[in-house]
Amino acid sequence: MGMTLTEKILARHAGLDRVEPGQIINANVDLVLANELSAAVAIGVMKQIKGADRVFDKSKIALVEDHFVPAKDPQSAKIAKLMKDFAVEQEIEHFFDVGRGGIEHVVLPEEGLVAPGELIVGGDSHTCTYGALGAFATGMGSTDIAAAFVLGEVWIKVPSSIKIVYDGPLGDMVFAKDVMLKTVGTLGIDGATYRAIEYHGSTVDALSITGRITMANMAIEAGAKNGIFHADAKAIAFVKERTDRPFVVESADPDAVYERIVRIDVGSLEPQVACPHTPDNVHGISDVTRDDIWLDQVFIGSCTNGYIEDLREVAKILDGKKIASRLRVIVNPGSQKVWMQAATEGILTTLAQAGCVVNTPGCGACFGGHMGTLGEGERCLSTTNRNYVGRMGSPTAEVYLASPATCAASALTGKITDPRVVALAHA
Amino acid sequence: MASNVLRGHAHTYGKNVDTDVIIPGKYCNIVDPAELGKHALEGIDADYTARMKPGDIIVADSNLGCGSSREVAPIAIKGSGTAAVIASSFARIFYRNALNIGLPIFESPEAVAGIAAGDEIEVEPATGIVRNLTKGTQYQAAAFPPFMQALIDTGGLLPYVERRLAERAAAN
Repeated sequence: MGMTLTEKILARHAGLDRVEPGQIINANVDLVLANELSAAVAIGVMKQIKGADRVFDKSKIALVEDHFVPAKDPQSAKIAKLMKDFAVEQEIEHFFDVGRGGIEHVVLPEEGLVAPGELIVGGDSHTCTYGALGAFATGMGSTDIAAAFVLGEVWIKVPSSIKIVYDGPLGDMVFAKDVMLKTVGTLGIDGATYRAIEYHGSTVDALSITGRITMANMAIEAGAKNGIFHADAKAIAFVKERTDRPFVVESADPDAVYERIVRIDVGSLEPQVACPHTPDNVHGISDVTRDDIWLDQVFIGSCTNGYIEDLREVAKILDGKKIASRLRVIVNPGSQKVWMQAATEGILTTLAQAGCVVNTPGCGACFGGHMGTLGEGERCLSTTNRNYVGRMGSPTAEVYLASPATCAASALTGKITDPRVVALAHA
Repeated sequence: MASNVLRGHAHTYGKNVDTDVIIPGKYCNIVDPAELGKHALEGIDADYTARMKPGDIIVADSNLGCGSSREVAPIAIKGSGTAAVIASSFARIFYRNALNIGLPIFESPEAVAGIAAGDEIEVEPATGIVRNLTKGTQYQAAAFPPFMQALIDTGGLLPYVERRLAERAAAN
Protein backbone atom coordinates (compact mmCIF):
# COMPACT_ATOMS: atom_id res chain seq x y z
CA MET A 1 0.00 0.00 0.00
CA GLY A 2 1.46 3.34 -1.03
CA MET A 3 1.77 6.62 0.82
CA THR A 4 0.39 10.08 0.16
CA LEU A 5 2.69 13.07 -0.32
CA THR A 6 2.18 14.12 3.29
CA GLU A 7 2.89 10.60 4.59
CA LYS A 8 6.09 10.40 2.51
CA ILE A 9 7.46 13.62 3.97
CA LEU A 10 6.47 12.73 7.53
CA ALA A 11 8.00 9.24 7.26
CA ARG A 12 11.35 10.59 6.09
CA HIS A 13 11.46 13.21 8.84
CA ALA A 14 10.66 10.55 11.45
CA GLY A 15 13.35 8.20 10.11
CA LEU A 16 10.73 5.58 9.25
CA ASP A 17 10.14 3.57 6.10
CA ARG A 18 6.44 4.19 6.27
CA VAL A 19 3.77 5.85 8.38
CA GLU A 20 0.01 5.47 8.54
CA PRO A 21 -2.80 7.87 9.36
CA GLY A 22 -3.37 8.07 13.10
CA GLN A 23 0.20 7.09 13.96
CA ILE A 24 2.02 9.41 16.39
CA ILE A 25 5.55 10.21 15.25
CA ASN A 26 8.47 12.34 16.37
CA ALA A 27 9.58 14.28 13.31
CA ASN A 28 12.65 16.43 12.75
CA VAL A 29 11.86 19.94 11.57
CA ASP A 30 13.71 21.89 8.88
CA LEU A 31 12.42 25.28 10.01
CA VAL A 32 10.54 26.71 12.99
CA LEU A 33 8.70 30.01 12.49
CA ALA A 34 7.30 32.50 14.96
CA ASN A 35 5.97 36.04 14.80
CA GLU A 36 6.04 38.52 17.68
CA LEU A 37 2.69 37.29 19.05
CA SER A 38 3.47 33.59 19.12
CA ALA A 39 7.12 34.25 20.05
CA ALA A 40 6.19 36.42 23.04
CA VAL A 41 4.47 33.44 24.64
CA ALA A 42 6.94 30.84 23.32
CA ILE A 43 9.99 32.65 24.69
CA GLY A 44 8.38 32.72 28.13
CA VAL A 45 7.65 29.00 27.89
CA MET A 46 11.21 28.20 26.76
CA LYS A 47 12.58 29.95 29.87
CA GLN A 48 10.63 27.47 32.02
CA ILE A 49 12.25 24.41 30.37
CA LYS A 50 15.15 23.18 32.47
CA GLY A 51 18.33 22.68 30.45
CA ALA A 52 17.03 24.62 27.47
CA ASP A 53 19.23 27.71 27.22
CA ARG A 54 19.79 27.63 23.48
CA VAL A 55 17.68 26.95 20.40
CA PHE A 56 18.45 23.68 18.59
CA ASP A 57 19.85 25.37 15.48
CA LYS A 58 20.11 29.12 14.99
CA SER A 59 19.98 28.68 11.18
CA LYS A 60 16.67 26.81 11.28
CA ILE A 61 14.52 29.37 13.05
CA ALA A 62 12.75 32.28 11.39
CA LEU A 63 11.39 35.17 13.46
CA VAL A 64 9.26 37.76 11.68
CA GLU A 65 7.89 40.99 13.15
CA ASP A 66 4.59 41.34 11.31
CA HIS A 67 1.40 41.44 13.36
CA PHE A 68 1.41 44.76 15.23
CA VAL A 69 4.14 46.50 13.24
CA PRO A 70 5.21 49.24 13.08
CA ALA A 71 4.33 49.02 16.78
CA LYS A 72 0.84 50.32 17.36
CA ASP A 73 1.29 50.98 21.09
CA PRO A 74 3.79 50.43 23.92
CA GLN A 75 2.55 46.89 24.58
CA SER A 76 3.12 45.96 20.92
CA ALA A 77 6.54 47.60 21.02
CA LYS A 78 7.32 45.55 24.12
CA ILE A 79 6.64 42.18 22.49
CA ALA A 80 8.42 43.24 19.27
CA LYS A 81 11.48 44.10 21.39
CA LEU A 82 11.17 40.86 23.34
CA MET A 83 11.46 38.87 20.10
CA LYS A 84 14.25 41.05 18.74
CA ASP A 85 16.27 40.68 21.96
CA PHE A 86 15.74 36.90 21.81
CA ALA A 87 16.91 36.86 18.17
CA VAL A 88 20.08 38.76 19.12
CA GLU A 89 20.78 36.67 22.23
CA GLN A 90 20.26 33.38 20.33
CA GLU A 91 22.04 34.66 17.19
CA ILE A 92 19.02 33.72 15.08
CA GLU A 93 20.07 33.95 11.41
CA HIS A 94 16.65 34.62 9.93
CA PHE A 95 15.25 37.55 11.89
CA PHE A 96 13.13 39.99 9.90
CA ASP A 97 12.52 43.36 11.48
CA VAL A 98 10.24 46.09 10.11
CA GLY A 99 11.49 47.24 6.71
CA ARG A 100 13.44 44.06 6.05
CA GLY A 101 10.67 41.51 5.84
CA GLY A 102 6.91 41.80 5.80
CA ILE A 103 4.22 39.17 6.35
CA GLU A 104 5.90 35.93 7.46
CA HIS A 105 4.21 33.72 4.87
CA VAL A 106 5.11 36.08 2.04
CA VAL A 107 8.68 36.46 3.28
CA LEU A 108 9.71 32.84 3.86
CA PRO A 109 9.08 31.50 0.32
CA GLU A 110 10.48 34.75 -1.12
CA GLU A 111 13.72 34.34 0.87
CA GLY A 112 14.27 30.71 -0.12
CA LEU A 113 13.51 29.43 3.39
CA VAL A 114 10.96 26.91 2.09
CA ALA A 115 11.86 23.99 -0.20
CA PRO A 116 10.05 20.88 -1.45
CA GLY A 117 10.00 17.91 0.90
CA GLU A 118 10.80 20.00 3.97
CA LEU A 119 8.93 19.95 7.27
CA ILE A 120 8.09 23.35 8.70
CA VAL A 121 6.14 24.28 11.83
CA GLY A 122 5.10 27.79 12.69
CA GLY A 123 3.40 29.69 15.46
CA ASP A 124 0.72 30.89 13.07
CA SER A 125 -2.20 28.95 11.62
CA HIS A 126 -1.39 30.06 8.07
CA THR A 127 1.96 28.25 8.16
CA CYS A 128 0.17 25.75 5.89
CA THR A 129 0.97 28.24 3.08
CA TYR A 130 4.31 26.50 2.39
CA GLY A 131 2.55 23.43 1.05
CA ALA A 132 2.46 25.46 -2.18
CA LEU A 133 6.10 24.45 -2.71
CA GLY A 134 5.67 20.80 -1.77
CA ALA A 135 6.63 21.14 1.90
CA PHE A 136 4.70 19.72 4.86
CA ALA A 137 3.89 22.81 6.90
CA THR A 138 1.50 23.27 9.79
CA GLY A 139 0.56 25.83 12.42
CA MET A 140 0.94 25.22 16.13
CA GLY A 141 0.57 27.15 19.36
CA SER A 142 3.37 28.78 21.31
CA THR A 143 4.12 25.91 23.73
CA ASP A 144 4.62 23.49 20.84
CA ILE A 145 6.77 26.11 19.10
CA ALA A 146 8.89 26.53 22.26
CA ALA A 147 9.41 22.75 22.31
CA ALA A 148 10.41 22.84 18.62
CA PHE A 149 12.82 25.74 19.27
CA VAL A 150 14.61 23.56 21.82
CA LEU A 151 14.32 20.03 20.39
CA GLY A 152 14.21 20.62 16.64
CA GLU A 153 11.48 17.99 16.53
CA VAL A 154 7.74 17.85 17.07
CA TRP A 155 5.24 15.13 17.76
CA ILE A 156 2.67 14.82 15.01
CA LYS A 157 -0.33 12.61 14.51
CA VAL A 158 -0.10 11.52 10.87
CA PRO A 159 -3.20 12.92 9.14
CA SER A 160 -5.26 11.03 6.61
CA SER A 161 -5.37 12.84 3.26
CA ILE A 162 -8.18 14.25 1.16
CA LYS A 163 -7.29 14.37 -2.53
CA ILE A 164 -8.92 17.23 -4.39
CA VAL A 165 -8.81 17.10 -8.17
CA TYR A 166 -9.45 20.36 -10.04
CA ASP A 167 -10.07 20.25 -13.74
CA GLY A 168 -10.84 22.84 -16.36
CA PRO A 169 -9.39 26.20 -17.33
CA LEU A 170 -9.99 29.28 -15.21
CA GLY A 171 -12.67 31.49 -16.69
CA ASP A 172 -12.36 35.23 -17.28
CA MET A 173 -11.65 37.07 -14.00
CA VAL A 174 -11.55 33.78 -12.09
CA PHE A 175 -8.43 33.20 -9.99
CA ALA A 176 -6.85 30.78 -7.52
CA LYS A 177 -8.66 32.67 -4.74
CA ASP A 178 -12.02 31.86 -6.30
CA VAL A 179 -11.05 28.20 -6.67
CA MET A 180 -10.01 28.04 -3.01
CA LEU A 181 -13.12 29.83 -1.74
CA LYS A 182 -15.14 27.27 -3.69
CA THR A 183 -13.07 24.52 -2.05
CA VAL A 184 -13.67 25.82 1.49
CA GLY A 185 -17.35 26.23 0.67
CA THR A 186 -17.47 22.64 -0.59
CA LEU A 187 -15.59 21.06 2.33
CA GLY A 188 -17.00 23.29 5.10
CA ILE A 189 -14.92 24.93 7.84
CA ASP A 190 -14.39 21.67 9.68
CA GLY A 191 -14.54 19.47 6.58
CA ALA A 192 -10.80 18.75 6.64
CA THR A 193 -10.12 18.95 10.38
CA TYR A 194 -7.13 16.73 11.31
CA ARG A 195 -6.67 15.95 7.59
CA ALA A 196 -4.16 16.83 4.91
CA ILE A 197 -5.43 18.33 1.66
CA GLU A 198 -3.50 17.19 -1.43
CA TYR A 199 -4.17 19.40 -4.46
CA HIS A 200 -4.25 17.75 -7.90
CA GLY A 201 -5.49 18.31 -11.44
CA SER A 202 -4.94 20.27 -14.61
CA THR A 203 -6.16 23.53 -13.07
CA VAL A 204 -3.55 23.61 -10.32
CA ASP A 205 -0.82 22.32 -12.66
CA ALA A 206 -1.40 25.47 -14.71
CA LEU A 207 -1.41 27.81 -11.69
CA SER A 208 1.49 30.11 -10.88
CA ILE A 209 3.37 29.63 -7.61
CA THR A 210 1.50 32.65 -6.21
CA GLY A 211 -1.82 31.01 -7.09
CA ARG A 212 -0.77 27.83 -5.30
CA ILE A 213 0.32 29.90 -2.30
CA THR A 214 -3.16 31.46 -2.16
CA MET A 215 -4.73 28.00 -2.17
CA ALA A 216 -2.39 26.32 0.32
CA ASN A 217 -2.77 29.34 2.62
CA MET A 218 -6.48 28.72 3.09
CA ALA A 219 -6.28 24.96 3.77
CA ILE A 220 -6.70 25.86 7.47
CA GLU A 221 -10.02 27.53 6.61
CA ALA A 222 -11.36 24.00 6.06
CA GLY A 223 -9.69 22.98 9.33
CA ALA A 224 -6.85 21.08 7.60
CA LYS A 225 -3.55 20.30 9.27
CA ASN A 226 -1.77 21.03 6.01
CA GLY A 227 -2.45 21.60 2.34
CA ILE A 228 0.11 20.42 -0.18
CA PHE A 229 0.96 20.53 -3.89
CA HIS A 230 3.45 18.35 -5.72
CA ALA A 231 6.58 20.35 -6.51
CA ASP A 232 6.76 20.47 -10.30
CA ALA A 233 9.40 22.10 -12.51
CA LYS A 234 7.84 25.50 -11.84
CA ALA A 235 8.10 25.08 -8.06
CA ILE A 236 11.64 23.69 -8.23
CA ALA A 237 12.75 26.60 -10.42
CA PHE A 238 11.15 29.08 -7.97
CA VAL A 239 13.07 27.56 -5.06
CA LYS A 240 16.40 27.19 -6.91
CA GLU A 241 16.32 30.88 -7.80
CA ARG A 242 16.30 31.60 -4.07
CA THR A 243 18.49 29.00 -2.38
CA ASP A 244 21.23 26.51 -3.16
CA ARG A 245 20.26 24.37 -0.16
CA PRO A 246 19.76 20.72 -1.21
CA PHE A 247 16.23 19.33 -0.93
CA VAL A 248 14.38 16.08 -1.68
CA VAL A 249 11.31 16.27 -3.90
CA GLU A 250 8.72 13.74 -2.73
CA SER A 251 5.64 12.54 -4.53
CA ALA A 252 2.59 10.49 -3.63
CA ASP A 253 2.72 6.82 -4.58
CA PRO A 254 0.35 5.79 -7.40
CA ASP A 255 -1.41 3.45 -4.95
CA ALA A 256 -1.55 5.98 -2.10
CA VAL A 257 -4.66 5.68 0.05
CA TYR A 258 -6.89 8.74 0.40
CA GLU A 259 -9.71 9.12 2.89
CA ARG A 260 -11.74 10.55 0.05
CA ILE A 261 -11.38 12.13 -3.36
CA VAL A 262 -13.24 15.35 -4.16
CA ARG A 263 -13.59 16.60 -7.73
CA ILE A 264 -14.15 20.27 -8.47
CA ASP A 265 -14.98 21.35 -12.01
CA VAL A 266 -13.38 24.75 -12.42
CA GLY A 267 -14.44 25.28 -16.04
CA SER A 268 -17.87 26.59 -15.08
CA LEU A 269 -16.73 28.47 -11.96
CA GLU A 270 -17.54 32.17 -11.66
CA PRO A 271 -15.89 34.59 -9.19
CA GLN A 272 -16.70 33.53 -5.62
CA VAL A 273 -17.45 35.48 -2.44
CA ALA A 274 -17.42 34.24 1.17
CA CYS A 275 -20.21 36.09 2.96
CA PRO A 276 -20.31 36.85 6.72
CA HIS A 277 -19.45 35.26 9.12
CA THR A 278 -17.59 32.09 8.16
CA PRO A 279 -15.16 31.42 5.28
CA ASP A 280 -17.30 28.50 4.08
CA ASN A 281 -20.36 30.70 3.50
CA VAL A 282 -19.36 30.88 -0.15
CA HIS A 283 -21.58 32.00 -3.04
CA GLY A 284 -21.11 32.77 -6.72
CA ILE A 285 -20.81 36.47 -7.56
CA SER A 286 -24.08 36.36 -9.54
CA ASP A 287 -25.98 35.41 -6.37
CA VAL A 288 -24.17 37.93 -4.20
CA THR A 289 -24.69 40.88 -6.56
CA ARG A 290 -28.43 40.24 -6.86
CA ASP A 291 -28.74 42.80 -4.03
CA ASP A 292 -26.63 45.95 -3.72
CA ILE A 293 -24.10 45.29 -1.00
CA TRP A 294 -22.60 48.70 -0.28
CA LEU A 295 -19.13 48.87 1.24
CA ASP A 296 -17.29 51.11 3.70
CA GLN A 297 -13.86 49.58 3.10
CA VAL A 298 -12.03 47.44 0.58
CA PHE A 299 -8.86 45.75 1.80
CA ILE A 300 -6.26 44.29 -0.55
CA GLY A 301 -3.30 42.41 0.91
CA SER A 302 -2.45 39.65 3.45
CA CYS A 303 -0.62 36.32 3.27
CA THR A 304 -3.41 35.12 0.97
CA ASN A 305 -3.32 37.87 -1.64
CA GLY A 306 -0.54 40.36 -0.90
CA TYR A 307 1.71 39.32 -3.77
CA ILE A 308 2.94 41.28 -6.78
CA GLU A 309 0.65 39.33 -9.14
CA ASP A 310 -2.30 40.39 -6.99
CA LEU A 311 -1.30 44.05 -7.01
CA ARG A 312 -0.78 43.96 -10.80
CA GLU A 313 -4.33 42.67 -11.23
CA VAL A 314 -5.70 45.42 -9.01
CA ALA A 315 -3.68 48.13 -10.76
CA LYS A 316 -4.89 46.94 -14.16
CA ILE A 317 -8.50 47.48 -13.06
CA LEU A 318 -7.93 50.79 -11.22
CA ASP A 319 -5.55 52.34 -13.75
CA GLY A 320 -6.69 55.86 -14.65
CA LYS A 321 -9.88 55.52 -12.59
CA LYS A 322 -11.07 56.78 -9.20
CA ILE A 323 -12.45 54.64 -6.41
CA ALA A 324 -16.06 55.26 -5.37
CA SER A 325 -16.76 58.25 -3.14
CA ARG A 326 -17.46 57.43 0.53
CA LEU A 327 -15.31 54.30 0.21
CA ARG A 328 -11.81 53.77 1.59
CA VAL A 329 -9.46 51.32 -0.06
CA ILE A 330 -6.45 50.05 1.87
CA VAL A 331 -3.70 48.22 0.00
CA ASN A 332 -1.10 46.29 1.90
CA PRO A 333 1.79 44.84 -0.14
CA GLY A 334 2.78 41.57 1.53
CA SER A 335 6.47 42.22 1.95
CA GLN A 336 9.16 44.83 1.55
CA LYS A 337 10.19 43.14 -1.72
CA VAL A 338 6.62 43.16 -3.05
CA TRP A 339 6.36 46.83 -2.03
CA MET A 340 9.58 47.70 -3.87
CA GLN A 341 8.58 45.76 -6.97
CA ALA A 342 5.20 47.50 -6.99
CA ALA A 343 7.00 50.84 -6.67
CA THR A 344 9.34 50.00 -9.56
CA GLU A 345 6.41 49.05 -11.79
CA GLY A 346 4.51 52.23 -10.96
CA ILE A 347 1.72 50.27 -9.28
CA LEU A 348 1.87 52.23 -6.03
CA THR A 349 1.39 55.47 -7.95
CA THR A 350 -1.52 54.03 -9.95
CA LEU A 351 -3.20 52.91 -6.73
CA ALA A 352 -2.57 56.20 -4.92
CA GLN A 353 -3.90 58.20 -7.88
CA ALA A 354 -7.06 56.09 -7.82
CA GLY A 355 -7.56 57.09 -4.17
CA CYS A 356 -6.18 54.03 -2.36
CA VAL A 357 -3.89 54.32 0.63
CA VAL A 358 -0.86 52.01 0.53
CA ASN A 359 0.16 50.72 3.95
CA THR A 360 3.40 49.17 5.10
CA PRO A 361 3.63 45.35 4.84
CA GLY A 362 2.07 43.55 7.81
CA CYS A 363 -0.87 41.56 9.16
CA GLY A 364 -2.57 44.39 11.08
CA ALA A 365 -5.85 44.98 9.25
CA CYS A 366 -6.59 41.32 8.48
CA PHE A 367 -6.92 40.24 12.12
CA GLY A 368 -8.36 43.46 13.54
CA GLY A 369 -5.01 44.54 14.99
CA HIS A 370 -4.51 48.00 13.53
CA MET A 371 -4.18 50.01 10.27
CA GLY A 372 -7.63 49.28 8.87
CA THR A 373 -9.83 48.20 11.81
CA LEU A 374 -13.58 48.24 11.13
CA GLY A 375 -16.06 50.23 13.22
CA GLU A 376 -19.55 49.32 14.37
CA GLY A 377 -21.81 48.22 11.54
CA GLU A 378 -19.16 48.76 8.86
CA ARG A 379 -18.86 46.46 5.88
CA CYS A 380 -15.62 45.41 4.20
CA LEU A 381 -14.75 43.41 1.09
CA SER A 382 -11.34 41.88 1.60
CA THR A 383 -8.77 39.67 -0.11
CA THR A 384 -7.92 38.09 3.26
CA ASN A 385 -8.74 34.60 4.52
CA ARG A 386 -11.16 34.93 7.48
CA ASN A 387 -14.44 36.70 8.07
CA TYR A 388 -15.41 35.54 11.55
CA VAL A 389 -17.42 37.86 13.81
CA GLY A 390 -15.12 40.69 14.85
CA ARG A 391 -12.22 39.41 12.77
CA MET A 392 -11.34 42.85 11.38
CA GLY A 393 -12.60 44.93 14.30
CA SER A 394 -16.08 45.55 15.69
CA PRO A 395 -18.22 42.44 16.30
CA THR A 396 -21.03 44.23 14.44
CA ALA A 397 -18.91 44.76 11.31
CA GLU A 398 -19.29 42.47 8.28
CA VAL A 399 -16.43 41.01 6.25
CA TYR A 400 -16.82 39.51 2.76
CA LEU A 401 -13.89 37.64 1.17
CA ALA A 402 -13.02 37.67 -2.53
CA SER A 403 -10.21 37.84 -5.08
CA PRO A 404 -8.12 40.98 -5.68
CA ALA A 405 -9.92 41.49 -9.02
CA THR A 406 -13.36 41.36 -7.40
CA CYS A 407 -12.12 43.75 -4.71
CA ALA A 408 -10.73 46.16 -7.31
CA ALA A 409 -13.92 46.10 -9.40
CA SER A 410 -15.94 46.75 -6.25
CA ALA A 411 -13.63 49.61 -5.28
CA LEU A 412 -14.74 51.44 -8.43
CA THR A 413 -18.47 51.06 -7.76
CA GLY A 414 -18.56 51.10 -3.94
CA LYS A 415 -20.58 47.87 -3.83
CA ILE A 416 -19.73 44.21 -4.37
CA THR A 417 -19.30 43.97 -8.12
CA ASP A 418 -18.63 41.23 -10.66
CA PRO A 419 -15.15 41.94 -12.07
CA ARG A 420 -16.24 40.52 -15.43
CA VAL A 421 -18.65 43.43 -15.84
CA VAL A 422 -15.88 45.95 -15.19
CA ALA A 423 -13.59 44.07 -17.58
CA LEU A 424 -16.27 44.29 -20.29
CA ALA A 425 -16.66 48.01 -19.72
CA HIS A 426 -12.91 48.38 -20.29
CA ALA A 427 -12.97 46.47 -23.56
CA MET B 1 -14.92 11.92 45.73
CA ALA B 2 -11.61 12.95 44.23
CA SER B 3 -10.51 16.41 45.25
CA ASN B 4 -9.93 17.57 41.69
CA VAL B 5 -13.57 17.28 40.62
CA LEU B 6 -14.64 20.44 38.79
CA ARG B 7 -18.04 21.93 39.48
CA GLY B 8 -19.70 25.02 38.06
CA HIS B 9 -22.54 26.42 36.03
CA ALA B 10 -22.74 25.98 32.27
CA HIS B 11 -22.45 28.78 29.72
CA THR B 12 -23.59 27.43 26.36
CA TYR B 13 -22.62 28.36 22.80
CA GLY B 14 -23.16 27.06 19.27
CA LYS B 15 -20.79 25.49 16.78
CA ASN B 16 -17.59 26.99 15.30
CA VAL B 17 -16.71 29.23 18.26
CA ASP B 18 -13.50 30.51 16.64
CA THR B 19 -10.40 31.87 18.33
CA ASP B 20 -11.13 35.38 17.03
CA VAL B 21 -14.27 35.57 19.17
CA ILE B 22 -12.57 33.80 22.10
CA ILE B 23 -9.91 36.51 22.22
CA PRO B 24 -10.20 39.24 19.56
CA GLY B 25 -7.03 40.11 17.63
CA LYS B 26 -6.62 43.49 19.28
CA TYR B 27 -5.78 41.78 22.61
CA CYS B 28 -3.24 39.37 21.14
CA ASN B 29 -0.30 41.56 22.14
CA ILE B 30 -1.11 40.81 25.81
CA VAL B 31 0.75 37.95 27.49
CA ASP B 32 -0.52 38.16 31.09
CA PRO B 33 -3.15 35.39 31.62
CA ALA B 34 -5.22 37.42 34.12
CA GLU B 35 -5.33 40.41 31.79
CA LEU B 36 -6.25 38.18 28.82
CA GLY B 37 -8.90 36.56 31.01
CA LYS B 38 -10.75 39.88 31.31
CA HIS B 39 -11.55 39.65 27.59
CA ALA B 40 -12.37 35.93 27.29
CA LEU B 41 -15.18 35.30 24.79
CA GLU B 42 -15.61 39.04 24.30
CA GLY B 43 -16.27 38.63 20.59
CA ILE B 44 -19.24 36.33 21.07
CA ASP B 45 -20.50 37.15 24.57
CA ALA B 46 -19.38 40.57 25.79
CA ASP B 47 -20.84 39.97 29.29
CA TYR B 48 -19.24 36.57 29.83
CA THR B 49 -16.55 37.66 32.26
CA ALA B 50 -19.02 39.86 34.18
CA ARG B 51 -21.59 37.06 34.44
CA MET B 52 -19.42 34.00 35.04
CA LYS B 53 -18.17 32.84 38.40
CA PRO B 54 -14.78 31.18 38.87
CA GLY B 55 -15.22 27.47 38.31
CA ASP B 56 -17.92 27.84 35.67
CA ILE B 57 -17.80 25.68 32.56
CA ILE B 58 -18.04 26.58 28.89
CA VAL B 59 -20.18 24.19 26.83
CA ALA B 60 -20.17 24.49 23.04
CA ASP B 61 -21.10 22.57 19.92
CA SER B 62 -18.67 21.29 17.26
CA ASN B 63 -15.34 22.72 16.06
CA LEU B 64 -14.61 24.90 19.09
CA GLY B 65 -11.42 26.92 18.64
CA CYS B 66 -11.26 26.94 14.85
CA GLY B 67 -9.18 29.56 13.04
CA SER B 68 -6.07 31.22 14.40
CA SER B 69 -3.37 29.25 16.25
CA ARG B 70 -3.23 31.88 19.00
CA GLU B 71 -2.39 30.11 22.25
CA VAL B 72 -3.77 33.15 24.08
CA ALA B 73 -7.25 31.77 23.29
CA PRO B 74 -7.12 28.88 25.80
CA ILE B 75 -4.94 31.06 28.08
CA ALA B 76 -7.71 33.71 28.13
CA ILE B 77 -10.36 31.10 28.98
CA LYS B 78 -8.21 29.71 31.78
CA GLY B 79 -7.26 33.22 32.91
CA SER B 80 -10.93 34.15 33.27
CA GLY B 81 -11.34 31.49 35.95
CA THR B 82 -13.29 29.13 33.70
CA ALA B 83 -12.67 25.61 35.04
CA ALA B 84 -13.20 23.54 31.89
CA VAL B 85 -14.55 23.44 28.36
CA ILE B 86 -16.89 20.73 27.10
CA ALA B 87 -17.52 20.63 23.33
CA SER B 88 -18.95 18.29 20.72
CA SER B 89 -15.55 18.54 18.99
CA PHE B 90 -12.49 20.78 18.98
CA ALA B 91 -10.41 22.31 16.20
CA ARG B 92 -6.98 20.72 15.96
CA ILE B 93 -4.62 23.49 17.07
CA PHE B 94 -6.86 24.63 19.93
CA TYR B 95 -7.06 21.06 21.23
CA ARG B 96 -3.26 20.80 21.39
CA ASN B 97 -2.87 24.27 22.87
CA ALA B 98 -5.47 23.66 25.59
CA LEU B 99 -3.71 20.49 26.72
CA ASN B 100 -0.32 22.21 26.57
CA ILE B 101 -1.39 25.06 28.84
CA GLY B 102 -3.44 22.89 31.20
CA LEU B 103 -6.98 23.98 30.35
CA PRO B 104 -9.20 20.93 31.01
CA ILE B 105 -11.17 20.06 27.86
CA PHE B 106 -13.70 17.30 27.29
CA GLU B 107 -15.23 16.03 24.07
CA SER B 108 -18.79 14.75 24.30
CA PRO B 109 -21.58 15.60 21.83
CA GLU B 110 -24.04 13.79 24.13
CA ALA B 111 -23.13 15.95 27.12
CA VAL B 112 -23.38 19.11 25.02
CA ALA B 113 -26.84 18.07 23.81
CA GLY B 114 -27.91 17.38 27.39
CA ILE B 115 -26.72 20.60 29.01
CA ALA B 116 -28.64 23.89 29.06
CA ALA B 117 -27.33 27.31 30.05
CA GLY B 118 -27.18 27.65 33.82
CA ASP B 119 -27.19 23.89 34.56
CA GLU B 120 -24.87 22.86 37.37
CA ILE B 121 -22.18 20.61 35.93
CA GLU B 122 -19.61 18.37 37.56
CA VAL B 123 -16.63 16.91 35.71
CA GLU B 124 -14.12 14.30 36.86
CA PRO B 125 -10.95 14.99 34.87
CA ALA B 126 -9.42 11.62 35.77
CA THR B 127 -12.29 9.60 34.29
CA GLY B 128 -13.88 12.05 31.83
CA ILE B 129 -17.25 11.62 33.53
CA VAL B 130 -19.54 14.63 33.09
CA ARG B 131 -22.58 14.95 35.37
CA ASN B 132 -25.45 17.35 34.87
CA LEU B 133 -26.46 17.84 38.51
CA THR B 134 -29.47 19.96 37.55
CA LYS B 135 -30.96 17.25 35.35
CA GLY B 136 -29.48 14.22 37.07
CA THR B 137 -27.83 12.89 33.91
CA GLN B 138 -24.35 11.51 33.33
CA TYR B 139 -22.09 11.31 30.26
CA GLN B 140 -18.72 9.82 29.39
CA ALA B 141 -16.36 12.16 27.50
CA ALA B 142 -14.10 10.68 24.83
CA ALA B 143 -10.82 9.31 26.14
CA PHE B 144 -7.67 11.18 25.11
CA PRO B 145 -5.48 9.34 22.61
CA PRO B 146 -2.95 7.19 24.59
CA PHE B 147 0.01 9.39 23.62
CA MET B 148 -1.74 12.52 24.84
CA GLN B 149 -2.93 10.81 28.01
CA ALA B 150 0.69 9.85 28.72
CA LEU B 151 1.73 13.47 28.16
CA ILE B 152 -0.99 14.67 30.54
CA ASP B 153 -0.10 12.03 33.16
CA THR B 154 3.54 13.07 33.19
CA GLY B 155 2.84 16.77 33.61
CA GLY B 156 2.45 18.02 30.05
CA LEU B 157 4.76 18.99 27.23
CA LEU B 158 7.48 20.74 29.25
CA PRO B 159 8.52 17.73 31.35
CA TYR B 160 8.40 15.74 28.10
CA VAL B 161 10.84 18.18 26.46
CA GLU B 162 13.09 18.01 29.54
CA ARG B 163 13.12 14.20 29.34
CA ARG B 164 13.99 14.31 25.61
CA LEU B 165 16.85 16.71 26.35
CA ALA B 166 18.12 14.44 29.16
CA GLU B 167 17.92 11.36 26.86
CA ARG B 168 20.00 13.17 24.26
CA ALA B 169 22.56 14.29 26.83
CA ALA B 170 22.85 10.69 28.08
CA ALA B 171 23.27 9.37 24.54
CA ASN B 172 26.16 11.73 23.81
